[in-house]
Amino acid sequence: MIGYIIRRLLYAIPILIGVNLLTFTLFFFVNSPDDMARIHLGGKRVTPEAIVKWKDDHGYNKPLLYNSGRPGTGKITDTIFYRYSVRLFVFDFGSSDQGRDIRNDISQRMWPSLAIALPVFLVGILVHITFAMLLAFFRGSYLDTSGVVLCVIMMSISSLFYVIGGQYLISMLLRLVPISGYDLGFEAVKFLILPIIVGVVGGIGASTRLYRTFFLEEINKDYVRTARAKGLSELRVLFRHVLKNAMIPILTGVVVVIPLLFTGSLILESFFAIPGLGSYTIDAIHSQDFAIVRAMVFLGSVLYITGLILTDITYTLVDPRVRLE
Amino acid sequence: MNSMPFQPEILWTDFLIFVLIGSFLVFIVYTLRHEHLRVPWRQVARRPMAMASMVILLAYVAVGLMDSIHFRPLQEGQNPEAPVYSNEVLSLLDKAAMPLRARTEKTYSAPFAMQAYSKETVEYPDGGHARENPRLLYGGAHLQDPSERAADIVRRAGTATLAALGLWSLLVVGFLLSWRQSHEPLMQTVRRLVRGKGEFPWRAVLITSGILIILVLNAVYLSLYYHIFGTDQVGQDVFYKSLKSIRTGLVIGTLTTLVMLPFAALFGIMAGYFRGWVDDVIQYVYTTLSSIPSVLLIAAAILTLQAYIATHPESFTSATERADIRLLFLCLILGVTSWTSLCRLLRGETLKLREVDYIQAARALGASHLSVMARHILPNVMHIILIAVVLDFSGLVLAEAVLSYVGVGVDPTMDSWGNMIVSARLEMAREPLVWWSLAAAFVFMFSLVLAANLFSDAVRDAFDPRLRK
Amino acid sequence: MKRPGATRYALLAISLIFSAGAAASWNNPYPAAEAKSNILYSAFRERPKTFDPARAYSSNEYLFIAQIYEPPFQYHYLKRPYALTPLTAVSVPTPVYFDKHGRRLPHNTPAAAIAYSVYEIHIRPGIYYQPHPAFARDADGRYLYHALSTHDLAGIYAIGDFPRTGTRELAAADYVYQIKRLAHPKLHSPILSVMNEYIVGLRDYADTLKKEYEKIAGGRDTGVFLNLAKFPLAGVEEVDRYTYRVKLHGKYPQLLYWMAMPFFAPMPPEADRFFSQPGMAEKNLTLDWFPVGSGAYMLTVNNPNRQMVLERNPNYHEELYPAEGEPEDGAAGLLDDAGKPMPFIDKVVFSLDKESIPRWNKFLQGYYDRSAVLTEGFDQAIRFTGEGDTEVSDTMKQKGINLRTSVAASTYYLGFNMLDPVVGGNTERGRKLRQAISIAIDFEEQISIFENGRGIAAQGPLAPGIFGYREGQAGINPYVYDWVDGKPRRKPLEYARQLLVEAGYRGGVDPASGKPLSINYETPAIGPERKAQLDWMLKQFSKLGIQLVVRATDYNRFQEKIRKGDAQIYDWGWNADYPDPENFLFLLYGPNKKVGHDGENASNYDNPEFNRLFERMKNMENTPERAEIIHRMLEIARRDSPWIWGMHPKNFLLEHSWMYNAKLNQMANNTLKYSRLDPDKRAERRVAWNRPVVWPIVAVLGVLVVGAVPAVVTYRRREREGAV
Repeated sequence: MIGYIIRRLLYAIPILIGVNLLTFTLFFFVNSPDDMARIHLGGKRVTPEAIVKWKDDHGYNKPLLYNSGRPGTGKITDTIFYRYSVRLFVFDFGSSDQGRDIRNDISQRMWPSLAIALPVFLVGILVHITFAMLLAFFRGSYLDTSGVVLCVIMMSISSLFYVIGGQYLISMLLRLVPISGYDLGFEAVKFLILPIIVGVVGGIGASTRLYRTFFLEEINKDYVRTARAKGLSELRVLFRHVLKNAMIPILTGVVVVIPLLFTGSLILESFFAIPGLGSYTIDAIHSQDFAIVRAMVFLGSVLYITGLILTDITYTLVDPRVRLE
Repeated sequence: MNSMPFQPEILWTDFLIFVLIGSFLVFIVYTLRHEHLRVPWRQVARRPMAMASMVILLAYVAVGLMDSIHFRPLQEGQNPEAPVYSNEVLSLLDKAAMPLRARTEKTYSAPFAMQAYSKETVEYPDGGHARENPRLLYGGAHLQDPSERAADIVRRAGTATLAALGLWSLLVVGFLLSWRQSHEPLMQTVRRLVRGKGEFPWRAVLITSGILIILVLNAVYLSLYYHIFGTDQVGQDVFYKSLKSIRTGLVIGTLTTLVMLPFAALFGIMAGYFRGWVDDVIQYVYTTLSSIPSVLLIAAAILTLQAYIATHPESFTSATERADIRLLFLCLILGVTSWTSLCRLLRGETLKLREVDYIQAARALGASHLSVMARHILPNVMHIILIAVVLDFSGLVLAEAVLSYVGVGVDPTMDSWGNMIVSARLEMAREPLVWWSLAAAFVFMFSLVLAANLFSDAVRDAFDPRLRK
Repeated sequence: MKRPGATRYALLAISLIFSAGAAASWNNPYPAAEAKSNILYSAFRERPKTFDPARAYSSNEYLFIAQIYEPPFQYHYLKRPYALTPLTAVSVPTPVYFDKHGRRLPHNTPAAAIAYSVYEIHIRPGIYYQPHPAFARDADGRYLYHALSTHDLAGIYAIGDFPRTGTRELAAADYVYQIKRLAHPKLHSPILSVMNEYIVGLRDYADTLKKEYEKIAGGRDTGVFLNLAKFPLAGVEEVDRYTYRVKLHGKYPQLLYWMAMPFFAPMPPEADRFFSQPGMAEKNLTLDWFPVGSGAYMLTVNNPNRQMVLERNPNYHEELYPAEGEPEDGAAGLLDDAGKPMPFIDKVVFSLDKESIPRWNKFLQGYYDRSAVLTEGFDQAIRFTGEGDTEVSDTMKQKGINLRTSVAASTYYLGFNMLDPVVGGNTERGRKLRQAISIAIDFEEQISIFENGRGIAAQGPLAPGIFGYREGQAGINPYVYDWVDGKPRRKPLEYARQLLVEAGYRGGVDPASGKPLSINYETPAIGPERKAQLDWMLKQFSKLGIQLVVRATDYNRFQEKIRKGDAQIYDWGWNADYPDPENFLFLLYGPNKKVGHDGENASNYDNPEFNRLFERMKNMENTPERAEIIHRMLEIARRDSPWIWGMHPKNFLLEHSWMYNAKLNQMANNTLKYSRLDPDKRAERRVAWNRPVVWPIVAVLGVLVVGAVPAVVTYRRREREGAV
């Protein structure tokens, strides 16, 4: 298995190179280094000399992919792409075009992101499984039918409405929690309650419905019938046998997103003014800070690939029949 | 030269919509000819919920199609010998809803209001000033006194409902006559219908149509006299904007899948069929694409398009064309970010299929790769594609709103529910609340997505072999 | 016996919730312990880019650094028109003029004859810097933190992590050092190009520094210290410990205004050396993020991702609240604190709050002490009185909220590109077309719909309050307005249509093509929230039968088009750097064109007569003669209409009743030190306004419990069936 993991990790390298190639090309098609210089030098009284100087300072005065003016390997290495993308592989993100160290920023903003994403993820799974089990338990009854209809209704509502509605109701009308913001330590709790509730509620519809089908699939299997025939109560059957087996598709489905929890949620973070990585990314797009964009794309890809590998490993752990080769 | 009253204009998305409808018709004909394909559809058709949803979907599609036939009207007051067409591109819907389009107020007004939402300084002839809510230019303008409003609305709603019921009864009677088996007493046919007998849930369909007809007639009739969903900041009728948004939502939901389908199907099947290096390359491409956070990819692509439009302004003469090309591009890039999952599914299925006896046999008999893939594998993975198409639809409609919030959605000049929500969000701080734009976007979007979800459920249940047993 | 117990606990929980709700506000975004402290709470919208006084040039940066860095002069807080007063200087100096040969000239010499002007600035002794580790010394007088190794820096993440601090008296050399920094090759100061024109020797100095820097740096990006004290700058010299001199080419009275901006604040060389050590930049420890000043406040928490905190500088020199102002200031209570030492507030907490709605709501809840008015919240906040003036609405009055208004020294306009063959050109045809469009675009309506009346329609480029601006009939733009009943009134549309006919576009039809005239409108307005405004703009042009093609692009692309002169009509605006007409009129000065000169004249307007008058006007003192020249320039510009004179926005500031001493000052940025607040009153109001409403939650829980009953019933039945 270790051999397999190593091979997967090696395979990640060409993927990451591809990711970088794509982001660099797209970004430089949109933003010429001149544009970037202008943005960072501000709107007033910018001279052409200042722009040339800025480009020199930040290494954007070179060709993007191929430097025909250089001998030998210099043709490849003396380019923006080589200069900036190789460093990413050792997680040296350098400093943003504004001059702040990106790794420092990421390590700071990671925690608020996690503070929202992790509870949303854990509470979410718990709530969704509970609801799904309830529906499965009452399968066929009016509770089940109305529950499923409710799920479909809930998943037909745009996530923006959950946020807007939650903010309006809980914060503005009832004044129960601060409307937005963030604080360090224990003080953060009052800011996190609402986004977490909104995040969990917004996901109920789709997840509950999906998990319900997992439960129903298990419930209809022979071993469950046998257990029931043995006289085990319905609840015990559900908890002892069905839950355990239905957890396999649920877990393997969610493992892939675990690493991505670090990058946070774009919408929740920007609506609730949480200084996490999600809002960091949005801000970088808006201010066209390429250093941050490429760092976040790279980080996102690395985490995604990690998630894929974790998923494979989970498969072997929960199902011994699967072997990685 | 004789002048036409308009000059037809086919936008890119219009063209693709017609292609889509064409392929849809071909698909229907194909399905009707093949018994094994008809079976699951019949199963879908037996579900009352699915059929009721379909009625609603059809209503949406009708509005969307009307909004997809574009033309440039004749410039007013021109010499008919040398016709000059406007730079403004209109659609059939614009034409039909001309009263709604033209009757703009100055700024906000509440649904069914007669007076503006905000106070204005009004100057009296005697030189005095006062802050008051002025009467609207159009909303309720036929009334003398604001106190008549409630009675007027009830009366008009009553009229519209009565007319709708009449229309609906005609429909029902017409249906009964054609549905009646020969020599069956009419009462028995009615009884059959009321009890919901028969293969097809006619009862559900007719009830949904009835409700729909009542709603539509009420909306149409009342909107001639009032702004039934209020007006927005520049005084545009919100009902009209919501109608215009339907096309945007439908285009995103359908064209995205249309543009990605060929790639996903081709690459998925090729990867599974050929294996080896072809598989490696295709897997590499889709892993790379799917590992980039999709919002970033979409943002980059949209910015790229804007750069292109900015450097080629001559290719896009009207705001409608610019908005349209951006919509198309958004569909393309959403397709790029969403084809990978379908591709992976198809690859897996093809891997299994290629080992199946009859395909091995076809190969042994010397059938070419292409024909094996097209004639044996593709039909056998069709159900996967179909399920993906219907399931993706509602997700894409919802995604549009989020992307607009992030700032990389459809063009800001285009009517869309996402744009409505984003601008309505700022209105939430007003006191009293400006809630109607948000409410209108919610109602229209919610009913479309809900109907689509219910319909796709039925399709999935019918086609998914795992659930079919 | 389970059930009664459960009910009891539930009741207990509910009563606890209610009692807790009565005592405190749950939605307080700040720690409860701070409730009664003398802290001002405010918000910032976007993270500032830099706090380096040589680079910072935008209002969201000045919001902070103007409180920290002290240039020699400042604007008087209360007096109008804006007047400079000394801050760290002893007085505002008058320049001494010299000819080419160094001979002193009398003060009334015409500008053309002046070769050099020299400003000598005396600094007050006894001013000390804020406590800072860069000044910390050991017992032998050696700097503690000027030779740090990576090991020393291991546990350091912010300036507060250094255990020891020190201070030093402010010296004239620090001012000289900062002026030299404007030419530093790595700083890219935005005013270097302007100052190159005036400060003697600055251009060569920049070249010298570039060479020297490359020698020292040897390819390194960070951790390079270029000691500017070693390189003399010809035009700026230290005379003695408290005096320095600045020598300029020609006459440039506006220099004093620049010297009231942070660009000319003192920079202690110790701080530059301290932050230039290797390893500092990697930890974001730079002058960009950690300012070192002598001002009333110092930055103690710098987390641009969340919060900035300014705290009172313990070493702050004595500065007293001004004792004189405008006549009405006394009645408004603005002189109550006269003669008291500033600052009044101990600490200012700025929280990052990008979204306008939460910001506005927190203000209403009492969690921000002041707020700019949102257009969205306008009806709620503002009410018009009979005379067209504004005051706060009744609901706001009940809360004790006060409104301050002031017309900003800015202008927003729609520019015509004068190089364009259709809308541009110094011909009768182009002029009439531009005038017609200027009449058709109803900026009064724009202001009332989109700005909710927060602005006044412009009559020309000059904002009110700037020298040369005329009130009343003499100040109107006669090409767009008529003077009717003591008020300017926009000319009727028929007149605009008539102009259009005269320009050759009958009914808006272009005779060349036979098609309606189609004009491109460039705007950086992307985002759905601007759709309404674009629709409105289309409507304005259609009044004339002209078709407007909106080309909304991102800001980069927009700027590029303006730079290349590809635009026809475009959106633009200008915030004045200083209250001088030159700072507005140079936007129309020919040699300052965008195309070819990369200047700020985005319309590429170039009228020889206007240019000639500008050159005469720019260096004059504010004399009646200058006013007359300005009047002539305005007449030329109004006739040519290179811009549709749009609007001068009004700034509205709302303040809670516990705030004192607020007067909007469009020029001064260092205004925090004047503010005072009453924390006890605030604490009381906050509690009263923010009682949580709990019953709906309890009700929802109740409904859920009731709703669970059928589920329990079903469950029981199933169990029974299972048992059977």
